[in-house]
Amino acid sequence: MNKTENNKAWFLVLPVFLLVAFSAVIPLMTVVNYSVQDIFDQNTAYFVGAEWYREVLQDPRLHDSLIRQFIFSGCVLLIEIPLGIAVALMMPTKGKAASLSLILLAIPLLIPWNVVGTIWQVFGREDIGLFGWALNSIGIDYNYASNPGDAWFTVLLMDVWHWTSLVALLCYSGLRAIPEAYYQAARIDRASKWAIFRYIQLPKLKSVLVIGILLRFMDSFMIYTEPFVLTGGGPGNSTTFLSQTLTKMAIGQFDLGPAAAFSLIYFLIVLLVSWLFFTSISHLDKSE
Amino acid sequence: MAEIHLKSLAHSYSPAPQSPSDYAIREMDHVWHQGGAYALLGPSGCGKSTLLNIISGLLSPSEGDVLFDGQRVNDIPPEERNIAQVFQFPVVYDSMTVFDNLAFPLRNMKVDEGKVRAKVLEIAEILELQELLDRKAKGLTADEKQKVSMGRGLVRDDVSAILFDEPLTVIDPHLKWKLRRKLKQIHEQFNLTMVYVTHDQLEAATFADKIAVMYGGQIVQFGTPRELFEEPNHTFVGYFIGSPGMNILEVTRVEGGVMFKDQFIPLSDHLCQFLNQNPSANVKVGIRPEFVHVCDEAIKGAYSCDVRHVEDLGTYKILTMELEGQILKARLDEDQAVPENTAWISFPSQWLKLYVDEYLVPDEPSADQDAADSQDRSDSDPSQTTEVRQA
Repeated sequence: MNKTENNKAWFLVLPVFLLVAFSAVIPLMTVVNYSVQDIFDQNTAYFVGAEWYREVLQDPRLHDSLIRQFIFSGCVLLIEIPLGIAVALMMPTKGKAASLSLILLAIPLLIPWNVVGTIWQVFGREDIGLFGWALNSIGIDYNYASNPGDAWFTVLLMDVWHWTSLVALLCYSGLRAIPEAYYQAARIDRASKWAIFRYIQLPKLKSVLVIGILLRFMDSFMIYTEPFVLTGGGPGNSTTFLSQTLTKMAIGQFDLGPAAAFSLIYFLIVLLVSWLFFTSISHLDKSE
Repeated sequence: MAEIHLKSLAHSYSPAPQSPSDYAIREMDHVWHQGGAYALLGPSGCGKSTLLNIISGLLSPSEGDVLFDGQRVNDIPPEERNIAQVFQFPVVYDSMTVFDNLAFPLRNMKVDEGKVRAKVLEIAEILELQELLDRKAKGLTADEKQKVSMGRGLVRDDVSAILFDEPLTVIDPHLKWKLRRKLKQIHEQFNLTMVYVTHDQLEAATFADKIAVMYGGQIVQFGTPRELFEEPNHTFVGYFIGSPGMNILEVTRVEGGVMFKDQFIPLSDHLCQFLNQNPSANVKVGIRPEFVHVCDEAIKGAYSCDVRHVEDLGTYKILTMELEGQILKARLDEDQAVPENTAWISFPSQWLKLYVDEYLVPDEPSADQDAADSQDRSDSDPSQTTEVRQA
């Protein structure tokens, strides 16, 4: 095989390189560029090395919102994954009821994110919102605008309302892919409902659950619009998550250097957690 | 112990069946005896899987009863019937080891763990699965998986019947034979009733002592492989069993016999008498290709046919001929002369079968004798006959 001949093949992949360069690499490099320089205007820029990174990593605002972010994503996964599986298990499998429940489940996924925030912003108000008013009228003191606990509860509830459907739909499709013979064999083997779930349904749901968990982790970790509309990050900083802290820094204070460093750290955290999760799952698969 | 009795059983998938064609299973009475190896043979869509699922309880029959040892089990769910079922596509629990798979039904029944272990090892030895016990079931080959799913039925002491729903469909041909041997061996070792659904006559004949042939939701014949071959009770059995199937000619009645187009076919007095009493216009005669007598020169009473082609299958030849526009087949032995262009054929009267409304008209009792003299002990048992209702 003559290797020099093959060099022409690079021309054929050139369009893809260009496309990827413009869509991903160049914008990302701009951020990298900002993160290592102190830029005042077009002609005044100083190379500052890792200073912005050091500053950002020591920033207590980042620490707080990072902890908040992990707690939030953890809660989201702990609630939405089991709930999604449970909903999928209870959904009808045949006929009109099946199509109807699929449509109902898909509705929250079709609503724009800031609209979801607005819906819950109104819905949760204790004066005119049905939800907030109902809670208060049965004697529960509920005000998401002044009580951090209530604010967290509302943000979580909103996310569960918005995204459990996704997990449920994924699981539903996974469940439908299990051949009827498995259930028949399980009945003949006298398997209990729990055993059927544990040994037939759950193993067959594994691949869709991996996708579901990854999507829900990444999305919830990057959540911005809904809590921004609902609580604006308050009361205080109690529902200010990473992306909101970042936005404040970049747009509010125009600290482009630290904001760029922050963005890269943020990006690496999402990448790292997803990678850890994915490799541990596939590693588990191989050892079986 | 289980004798499975299907009493006036019928099943329809439609809630309000009107005509017989709405029924997947038409009304039948049938008994599967304790300890027998049976096959349920029929083409796709004839209702054999439906019948199997009714026996196991996965389906509830719309009419009639299922009796196990005389006790009605219609309302007893499959998990409470003493029955195991092996499906067409091997069902194993992927996330468990082979050992856990085999132990699964016992653990579900809360059997003592020491006993589970002993039983699983015993069955694994019989099925030659010992080497695989610690492997995850996910990575097994299709035949190993099928053995595991069979093993889950065998570990249970309370199982008295195993139902097989085309269990060898996904198995490689060279392993099919081995697995079928294994089944036969298990049947001899355990006192189990086995019902084996298949559409492959060879599989049915090698596995079963007696075969029930199903057609259009009915069992049209229940008998030994030899009976199905020599005395097909229904034109469908003649056509479906044997390779190639029976030659079947539509005929009209005349004095002393029947006419096929311009050819006169004489019938015995007994058959003529039967025809005289039965006014139906649906009269057919059938003869197996193996029994068609072929000659390459004109002889008295023989019909002359145009030879179409000859297929040489190594140990025998299939001769395809045309008689009055109808294709007829005959099987020739390797050393037999092959007629060119024209063949003269005759139908030996003991092998020529008369069918009225698709069902066989029985021969005279005396002529029946040599066909009934079969090697199978169960043949002499009069209770094992199937009553078939005409549609």
